[in-house]
Amino acid sequence: MDYGAFVEGLVFYLFAALAVLAALGVVIARSPVRSALALALVFLALAAMYILLNAPFLAVAQIMIYAGAVLILFLFVIMVLNPRLDIIGARGRGQTFVAIVFTIALGVLLIATLASGQIAPTTGKFTPEFVASIGHVQVIGTLLFSEFLLPFEIASVLLLIAIVGAMTLARRERVPHAESKRDLR
Amino acid sequence: MLTVNHFTILSAVLFSIGALTVLIRRNPLIIFMGIELMLNAVNLAFVAFSHFLDDMSGQVFVFIVLTVAAAEVAVGLALVVAIFRARENVDVDEIDMLKG
Repeated sequence: MDYGAFVEGLVFYLFAALAVLAALGVVIARSPVRSALALALVFLALAAMYILLNAPFLAVAQIMIYAGAVLILFLFVIMVLNPRLDIIGARGRGQTFVAIVFTIALGVLLIATLASGQIAPTTGKFTPEFVASIGHVQVIGTLLFSEFLLPFEIASVLLLIAIVGAMTLARRERVPHAESKRDLR
Repeated sequence: MLTVNHFTILSAVLFSIGALTVLIRRNPLIIFMGIELMLNAVNLAFVAFSHFLDDMSGQVFVFIVLTVAAAEVAVGLALVVAIFRARENVDVDEIDMLKG
């Protein structure tokens, strides 16, 4: 067994274990802040996976967008709302039990399906050598502005709508309701 | 030697844990975290297939998923804040005014 493959396997199993344990931490932590921090660990472990999969741009984007923006937003909202310690489990005991059974069934089904499959020998154009010769970011940028231009533009419009929507939803109502209406007239 | 199956199985495990989070927790913030976990699991599968098939479309798709997830979190957390202002309580089992 050559050295490179050994290190690759070691890194994979290390970060896979980290990701699964941290994900379990999200489920069982009683304090929302601890859940959020466990989620940060999952994001970081997945960023390591992306580097292992020759996707450095996505690894950086993962850290910046998820671990940076999304998680900070979560923590801000947790700090603003200051929720009580959460009770684990749905309202009825039966529902929790059924949920666990069905989730395990879902996991077994997914793993059985995915483990039995094999992918075809590669035929794609973007071999690691080809990507390395141009540069990973350049390849993604070129694809985004040529083949995937429409989804890219739609995503930008979606972000604009989300900004406006979030501001409208979270805005505080004017306190004397009738007065502000009269002022408008 | 790592195959695509290693990554897809990890992705399946993470997806299941995310689904479990959505089903058994009552705090909407943690339910959102479960949704994020599921989105990340799917992203991992996309990148794994993209790598092993030598095709970059999967990675571009992950980039789009990242933007949609960011938008979803912004709107979702705004909803949670709005509900908290109105109800002083963010237990999903008690927010049931819309049921028929």
